[in-house]
Amino acid sequence: MTEVRVQLLLIEDDSQIQRFLATALDAHGYALTIAGTGTDGLKLAALKQPDILIVDLGLPDMSGFDVIARLREWYARPLLVLSAREREADKVTALDLGADDYLTKPFGIGELLARLRVMQRHLIGQGGDAEARIVIGDVVLDLGARRVSRGEEDIHLTPIEYQLLATLAKHRGKVMTHRHLLREVWGAAHVESPQYLRMYLRTLRGKIEPDPARPRYLLTEVGVGYRMADQPPAN
Amino acid sequence: MPTQDLRPDPDALLARVRAEETRAHRGHLKIFFGATAGVGKSYTMLETARRQRVDGVDVVVGYVELHGRAETEALLEGLEILPTMRLEHRGIVLAEFDLDAALARHPQLMLVDELAHSNHPGARHPKRWMDIEELLDAGIDVYTTVNVQHLESLNDVVAQITGVAVRETVPDRVFADADDVELVDLTPDELLGRLAEGKVYLPDKAQQAARGFFRKGNLIALRQLALRATAERVDAAMREYRERHAIVQPWAASERLLVCVGPDPLSARLVRSARRMAAALNAQWLAVYVETPTLMRLPQAARDRILATLKLAEQLGAETANLSGERVATTVLDYARQRNVSKIVVGKPLLSGWRERLKGSLVDELIRRSGNIDVYVITAEAGGDERGPPRTFVRSSRWPAYLKSLAVVALATVICSQMIGRFERTNIVMIYLLGTVLVAARFGRGPSVLASVVSVAFFDFLFVPPQYSLAVSDTQYAITFSVMLATALLISHLAALGRRQAKVARERERRTAELYALSRELSRRRTLDELSRFLCRHVVASVEGEAVVLLPNAHGKIQDPSHFCDRGSERAEASLARYPVPGNNLGIAQWAWDHRQKAGLATDTLASAGAIYLPLNALKRCIGVLALRPLDVRQLQIPEQMHLVEALVNQAAVAMERVQLAAAAQDAGVQVESERVRNVLLTAISHDFRTPLATIIGSATTLRDSAPGRLDDTQRATLLDVLLHEAQRMNRLIGNLLDLTRLSEGGIELKREGFAMDELVGAVLGRLHDLLAPHPVSLNLAADLPLVHGDEVMIEQVLANLLENVARHTPTSSAIEISAALAGDAVEVAVRDHGPGFADGEQERVFAKFHQTRPEGAQSGFGLGLAICKAIVEAHGGSIFARNAPGGGAEFRFTLPLPSAGKDVA
Repeated sequence: MTEVRVQLLLIEDDSQIQRFLATALDAHGYALTIAGTGTDGLKLAALKQPDILIVDLGLPDMSGFDVIARLREWYARPLLVLSAREREADKVTALDLGADDYLTKPFGIGELLARLRVMQRHLIGQGGDAEARIVIGDVVLDLGARRVSRGEEDIHLTPIEYQLLATLAKHRGKVMTHRHLLREVWGAAHVESPQYLRMYLRTLRGKIEPDPARPRYLLTEVGVGYRMADQPPAN
Repeated sequence: MPTQDLRPDPDALLARVRAEETRAHRGHLKIFFGATAGVGKSYTMLETARRQRVDGVDVVVGYVELHGRAETEALLEGLEILPTMRLEHRGIVLAEFDLDAALARHPQLMLVDELAHSNHPGARHPKRWMDIEELLDAGIDVYTTVNVQHLESLNDVVAQITGVAVRETVPDRVFADADDVELVDLTPDELLGRLAEGKVYLPDKAQQAARGFFRKGNLIALRQLALRATAERVDAAMREYRERHAIVQPWAASERLLVCVGPDPLSARLVRSARRMAAALNAQWLAVYVETPTLMRLPQAARDRILATLKLAEQLGAETANLSGERVATTVLDYARQRNVSKIVVGKPLLSGWRERLKGSLVDELIRRSGNIDVYVITAEAGGDERGPPRTFVRSSRWPAYLKSLAVVALATVICSQMIGRFERTNIVMIYLLGTVLVAARFGRGPSVLASVVSVAFFDFLFVPPQYSLAVSDTQYAITFSVMLATALLISHLAALGRRQAKVARERERRTAELYALSRELSRRRTLDELSRFLCRHVVASVEGEAVVLLPNAHGKIQDPSHFCDRGSERAEASLARYPVPGNNLGIAQWAWDHRQKAGLATDTLASAGAIYLPLNALKRCIGVLALRPLDVRQLQIPEQMHLVEALVNQAAVAMERVQLAAAAQDAGVQVESERVRNVLLTAISHDFRTPLATIIGSATTLRDSAPGRLDDTQRATLLDVLLHEAQRMNRLIGNLLDLTRLSEGGIELKREGFAMDELVGAVLGRLHDLLAPHPVSLNLAADLPLVHGDEVMIEQVLANLLENVARHTPTSSAIEISAALAGDAVEVAVRDHGPGFADGEQERVFAKFHQTRPEGAQSGFGLGLAICKAIVEAHGGSIFARNAPGGGAEFRFTLPLPSAGKDVA
């Protein structure tokens, strides 16, 4: 208990969720501050400088989108969105406004913890060096050497495929919107052409995935974008 | 009367029973009847009412015209007076009898002055007598007043006597049906005295006219008329009493009178006289017009006049008939015998023409052949304004015909000049006769007469000795001439008749064809709007002008037109801007709709309007009103034209009713269905939500309330598992409900994008990893699948729902196969399981909302998942179906059209 606890700020108005998260997150070693309104949330964020922010999109006093937009004017640390709405457009809007990931209510605590772990890692990554080697199943991506290999064998990737894989890998565990990926890989001029992305993802899956029809690592978030699995499913 | 049947006429008895039935519920009408204004009708009425009040009757004064008469006003004291309705008309506020207030107050007896009053625009009925009818229908007794000059049938007589035409008339029926008529009588001298004393108030502007009106001579005549009208009523009442008590032979009531109407403008007067006679005799009466070949040739104006006269007769209570025959007298008498007519009324011809002197007039002939039917000949005096325009014979120029007839004669002459010497003169005459016959058949009477005259002249001049002179040596040629002339006349007459009949037949055929085409077309139209436009288009095709269909809203108020049409399309655009409503009078349209009678231009109701309003009367109700503004009013006066329009309107109305009934039936069906869905939903919610909730609450309380150490770790884990599982189940239920709501509310908004089906399948398998874990899933996705154009998220939902459904209904570890392939211009996806398959016929029902295999089954999930699939796939222009796969198990297949095909579908 001596280690420095990760500071979380939860902006959420429902008292039962507040109770549940306070208990569960405390048990998992997080320090949680709770704000019931958007206004309080913005104030507390400035005051406490939390490591990770969790924002509910449905707030009583202002739209969750506005909260994200105002936070992103100065707050650079990870931001997770909670939403009861199952509408993909909302998720994409929140992500494009600068949220790092989203979780749809209802969710299991395991999902939340997984998201938080990914964010924590990025939190550390922000300050320190980026990882040099990333293991994806039986494939190893060596970012320093720009090399992808399975066992002893090299996997040949085109520059764009490599760029795409590297981008997903750097943000692994985190959803990347189509827009985001296109901007990162192809540049700002191509953000409206998701068809490229689908094509490259398909060939990339063919080269990386053991069973491309049932991807394990390069996952599709239907209607939103792609995510590289943080911890591949056990089987 | 040919036979004297003494048995009571069953129809008459039935009518009397019915009349008594209605009367029992109806209020009693008492009319205070006077010769002119100022005799004290209102005064007497009020006095009588006061007496009634003393007897305890609930009396309310609905409306009394005081005209500033102090004596009358004094009588009002102590009586309850209904407030008048204020109507604003052209900036002037007018007081009007408030019918609705009267009906709401519903007293035993209501006093409403001035039966003949015309209501101001904005009142419910155009006439006060209609207001009073409504009061009577509501069971309220009414006292009212009226002057003799306002009675419809006496209207013209009064106008004749006084020189003042009164526009406000009351149908005789109202007067005749009144339960009581009290004559308020004042001698002319007394009345003039009261007038001089200023006790009878007259408005300034009426002074001038009144001075002429209140002459002693007029007053005497009017008083006589009033007395006579009252006497006739008393007589009728007595007759009725006697009849009811079988004092006289019942057939007296069935006395029938027939009046012959002709093209003469004075026929209207004849009809009025007949009506008075019929009333005096308490007889039924008929008005007939006989159309003979001669009369067929009458100018249109005269034909219209005949129809107007017949209509007048109808209004005055006559039964009318339009007969056709060769000779008027025979036709009339045949009809009269057939209808058991006892008396025939005809007008005395003003001037007898040469024809009548020759053949004997119609009157002579009627009298000669009438047998036991009485014939009354009535003098139709010439009166100023009723005389129609002088008869003019407008003929198209026929000079070419005359010239041609001369040419024919010339030709005959040439032929004859070749024949002379070789043939007898009698044969030469035959050539001339042939020429004349040809002319008669082709060009009609005039040219044929000319031809016969010229032929005889030529024949005489050229071929009869002495040649080159018109002198006739032999009288036999006079016969030649006569025969030729007679033949010419006969042939031309027959030819004209034939042509006329052919024209009539063609016209009738055209109308029939038009109606047939119309009814066929009408049956194809599916909406009221289409039918309305169609009707308008057809109506303006026969009557040039503008037409529009006005439909009532749910509250029975006629609405502004939603569409408009005109003959020429380019003119329609212009007219649309200029005439949003033809005649722009929804009030008249409302009246026409309420009464199911035509109104407006060229009708009896509000004829000054700019358009005619024809009700769309269907079998059960009136659908709406067709407003028609003709370019030329005269078009509406052509009977054939109007008959056609009315036939069009009637057919359209029936078609519209059909559409409305169909819509109503469908609405009812939808309502029943949504009612069922609501009930199922409520049951489903109460059952499907409470079951998992029960488990959740039970497990949670067990965990919370059990003493420490009571539960071992396995038990705790089981309870937690159950809790989680049930919560997830509820989440799925809510998700489905939300989806369905979204899908059924205002349709689906598709966010179409190109996506790869294999990628989607992979994503779904990832999402449902846990659910599908117990089932081996095999994939068979074609390698060459093109991109599917659709809403990725929704199609994912379809696949997920199908797989969830399969997982729920198949035993653990049974295999699932997913395949996708190109099928024509669509991508077809199939999900197949190896479970029990569908029960017989179930595969057709699985996509229905709230279908559940096991209604109360523990695994029930609202039965919404597959309904959602169907909605989504169909929104994409695809189709979905289920079947029992060959070799066992269920199979779901859905198709999604590819972009090229999709465009055609959408």
